[in-house]
Amino acid sequence: MTDRTQLTEPSNSVPDFANWSCPLPLADYPTIVMGHGGGGKLGNELVEHLFLPAFRNPALENLGDAALFNLGSGQIAMSTDSFVVQPLFFPGGSIGALAVNGTVNDLAVSGAEPKFLSASFILEEGFPLAQLAAIARAMADAATTAGIHIVTGDTKVVERGHGDGCYINTAGVGLLRPGISVGPQRAQVGDVVLVSGTIGDHGMAIMSVREGLEFESQIRSDCAALNCMIGAVLDAVGSGVHAMRDPTRGGLASTLNEIATASNVGIEIDEPNLPVRSEVQSACELLGLDPVYVANEGKAVFFVAPEAAGRALEALRAHPLGREAARVGRVTAQHAKMLVARTAMGANRVIATQIGEQLPRIC
Amino acid sequence: MKYLTEFRNGEIAQRMAREIHQITARPWKIMEVCGGQTHSIIRNGIDQMLPPGIEMIHGPGCPVCVTPLVLIDKALAIAAQPGVIFCSFGDMLRVPGTDGDLFQIKGQGGDVRVLYSPLDAVDLAVKNPDKQVVFFGVGFETTAPANAMSVHLAKRRGLKNFSLLVSHVLVPPAIEAIMSSPENEVQAFLAAGHVCSVMGYWEYPPLADRFNIPIVVTGFEPLDLLDGIRRAVIQLENEQHHVENAYERIVTYAGNLEAQRLLAEVFEVTDRAWRGIGVIPNSGWRLNAKYREFDAEERFHIAEIHTAESPLCHAGDVLRGAIKPAQCPAFGKECTPRHPLGATMVSSEGACAAYFNYGRFISPEKLAGAGADSA
Repeated sequence: MTDRTQLTEPSNSVPDFANWSCPLPLADYPTIVMGHGGGGKLGNELVEHLFLPAFRNPALENLGDAALFNLGSGQIAMSTDSFVVQPLFFPGGSIGALAVNGTVNDLAVSGAEPKFLSASFILEEGFPLAQLAAIARAMADAATTAGIHIVTGDTKVVERGHGDGCYINTAGVGLLRPGISVGPQRAQVGDVVLVSGTIGDHGMAIMSVREGLEFESQIRSDCAALNCMIGAVLDAVGSGVHAMRDPTRGGLASTLNEIATASNVGIEIDEPNLPVRSEVQSACELLGLDPVYVANEGKAVFFVAPEAAGRALEALRAHPLGREAARVGRVTAQHAKMLVARTAMGANRVIATQIGEQLPRIC
Repeated sequence: MKYLTEFRNGEIAQRMAREIHQITARPWKIMEVCGGQTHSIIRNGIDQMLPPGIEMIHGPGCPVCVTPLVLIDKALAIAAQPGVIFCSFGDMLRVPGTDGDLFQIKGQGGDVRVLYSPLDAVDLAVKNPDKQVVFFGVGFETTAPANAMSVHLAKRRGLKNFSLLVSHVLVPPAIEAIMSSPENEVQAFLAAGHVCSVMGYWEYPPLADRFNIPIVVTGFEPLDLLDGIRRAVIQLENEQHHVENAYERIVTYAGNLEAQRLLAEVFEVTDRAWRGIGVIPNSGWRLNAKYREFDAEERFHIAEIHTAESPLCHAGDVLRGAIKPAQCPAFGKECTPRHPLGATMVSSEGACAAYFNYGRFISPEKLAGAGADSA
């Protein structure tokens, strides 16, 4: 942590954000709002203007899904993620499966083979042991499927009313695959953008159970470990993959905007080619949401050299998790740092990074 | 997807656009009333498909945008009170009041919840008898029946801890106000399909006659909008002015009679201030005497509200159709979705937000990229 005197105002010990490195954005909201966790601009600013100045070092500065560093003779990838999802169990997954798969996927999209995970639990007094056991079972199953081991952990209990049942943090390490060099800043003009399957499934699955919306067909989360599928793509085209990401919070739009900015390129997507399940599309229409902003937990987006795109798509579609993979767009030298969609009507529109959370509209 | 993808077919859209080009001989200004239509026009680029002489003027039909500032400020004051569960549709949470928004109240400990139906707020009131549950009942005729039902149910269940902060507004008086304005340039209206699904379109023929304007009940998908525009242009070119229904799969002449009965049972017509526009006579609904006890304004008596609009915000000109969002000096500078000065920059239906989020301030040439790859 950085010197606390930097963070606090002497008079009433309220943080004085106005004197920080980039004062304006944080000054808008002097307290944490839900949007800071929404995967949009607010969250990015928190990282860039609050955490990065405090912790700055070369491995962190990349702001990739995992940090890459040398340890002894090998190149190591390390990542961590916390899970606060409600409800704890939902169609297609649970907080336990998410906690394992989320960290596994962050390592995998960084070009690493995930190996070991830690798991920390923050439990609320009164939380049923049966539920905790079910969560642990889900984590064990996910670990087996992903081929990793959970090797260390911790448990803390907070008083009733001070938590929301169960929060989980996982951290993971993996070995960087030799000859692979991917990163959000490596997308190149001409690259083809591939998505490994339908978008928006996880976010709508959570929303459908959390908000008590009753849809006729149940939407299932796509929660899955992607390391095996990503391995298949890397085996097929190797360094033909320039960037990979799993578009979780903030959805495909946020991920593509981040890569456009990091690589200083323009990205265009063909809106009609985006794979979206019809029940997800219907639910989004009903709530006034756009599936490009809805979270995924078992999808990856790839930026691939044009000559490798066909083989990468074949490798994806041959894998059970990538059967609905699609070519959705390309990288262009035009409109740098912007994501532009070609609509079915033939018009172009910008898809901006959302500010915080997507808000369901009134009518 | 049934009933949606059929109305988003690019080829048919191009064909309809060509037809509009063929039938258009003179320039026309057409107002789409509803914010949902504005959103769809900008998102899909419908306005760019039209002949240069046809100008779409974006109307005031965004409920979030026209809810008066004083009511937003009252909402903030009520939501900040201890013992209150303040419920709202999602897109009201970021609307700027004088000193903040509902998100900030939530961040500071207020119990602010996003609901999808006011009926869920009634359930919350039943489950939390020690709390006062308030629902922010804004919107046009579209959202009014569910809000009316919530109050109706609360009365039937004898709930003493449920109330509605009401700001309902009505489309026909807004059309009348726009047409009566000396600066008006609108020559035809696309009426809001969702509003008409509730109210029917029996209210519109007198307006079409009185102001000699075509009114076309129009839906929200690209083909719906193009059909509405096409029918309006045909009438304009032939100097006709009647009411047409281009949204027949949803809207009937009489509308939803059951809903209209409920609305009459719960609400009464009142003058209403529209944010950025001013007071329009008989342009809103409030709870009638029978249901007044459920009016949050009566229950909480919020007084001494200090209300001040940003002097930089030209939302009123945008809502009247006098300027396009990008013509506002503050657009994209002082005012962005991140830091909105007015409600039109907040809601997904707000014209300013639609222009900003879909990049309608960047030249089309700049957005044109490499184009679809051949592979």
